[in-house]
Amino acid sequence: MARILVFFLVILSVKAFGQDPDLDKRVAALATELRCLVCQNQTLADSNAPLAVDLRNQIREQMKAGKSERDVIDFMVARYGDFVLYRPPFKASTLALWASPFLILLGGVWLLARRIRGRRIEEPQLSQEERARAAKLLE
Amino acid sequence: MKKIWLPLGFIALVLLLAVGLQLNPREVPSPLVGKPAPPFELPLLHAPDKRFSQKEMLGKVWVLNVWASWCPPCLAEHPIVTELSKKVPVVGLNYKDAREDALPWLKRNGDPYQLSVYDAAGRIGIEYGVYGVPETYVIDQRGVIRYKHIGPLTPQVREKKLEPLVRELQARG
Repeated sequence: MARILVFFLVILSVKAFGQDPDLDKRVAALATELRCLVCQNQTLADSNAPLAVDLRNQIREQMKAGKSERDVIDFMVARYGDFVLYRPPFKASTLALWASPFLILLGGVWLLARRIRGRRIEEPQLSQEERARAAKLLE
Repeated sequence: MKKIWLPLGFIALVLLLAVGLQLNPREVPSPLVGKPAPPFELPLLHAPDKRFSQKEMLGKVWVLNVWASWCPPCLAEHPIVTELSKKVPVVGLNYKDAREDALPWLKRNGDPYQLSVYDAAGRIGIEYGVYGVPETYVIDQRGVIRYKHIGPLTPQVREKKLEPLVRELQARG
């Protein structure tokens, strides 16, 4: 019984993963770069939404047909837009997205610098008597 | 002078969040608007031996509505699609559905579609960048996608967006 079960499991897993570990690796790698549009904070690799499964199959099919990673990414972007990229590209429309953390950092540095420079260390003021005492002690 | 920056920064933050949090993250702008509708040739839902291509609609303003019997929002927008179909031909793209579910669904709820094509594997859905059923496309006489709506149609969208756009495109000829 156990043998039969193992046999079926092996058959199933071979079917599920295909017989080309290299291709599997490339599909999996690319799937982590693409967003699942159904569960938007997951990549295609993480999601089990039906659309994510379809799109993973689409990636596999295209790669099997000899398409490069770039080709597949272009295919996805043409249909779903830049949003499908888990790492947004750097271009005019995403400038605010990429630049704002650095602008905020610069602003923080500027505020901090102003504050530090504005801080004044008070020089101890000695009265006439204290001066006289100090002079005596130093003699 | 220094005192003014803190409340000013706070107000700016509130404004940013007030706008940002009201945007709908599901509304992903489609790169397909302004592009030719992706070509397809699919069997009809009602007649598996007959096929239909988007080319047959060239010269007409038409609407492509992606629907499925397993999709509750599709049922919710159904009366609006029905209303819309009185003004403009609506072609249904039956998406990842089974004939034995889809046909009774149309019988129960009425069939506003000029015809429905049957995309069981969802391949044409991928071509059209479908990710949330229902989705609705307005396509002009030259076969260019002019508008895409994601999610169920509302009476407002039909009255304020779809019908005016259809009228405008029809008038342009």
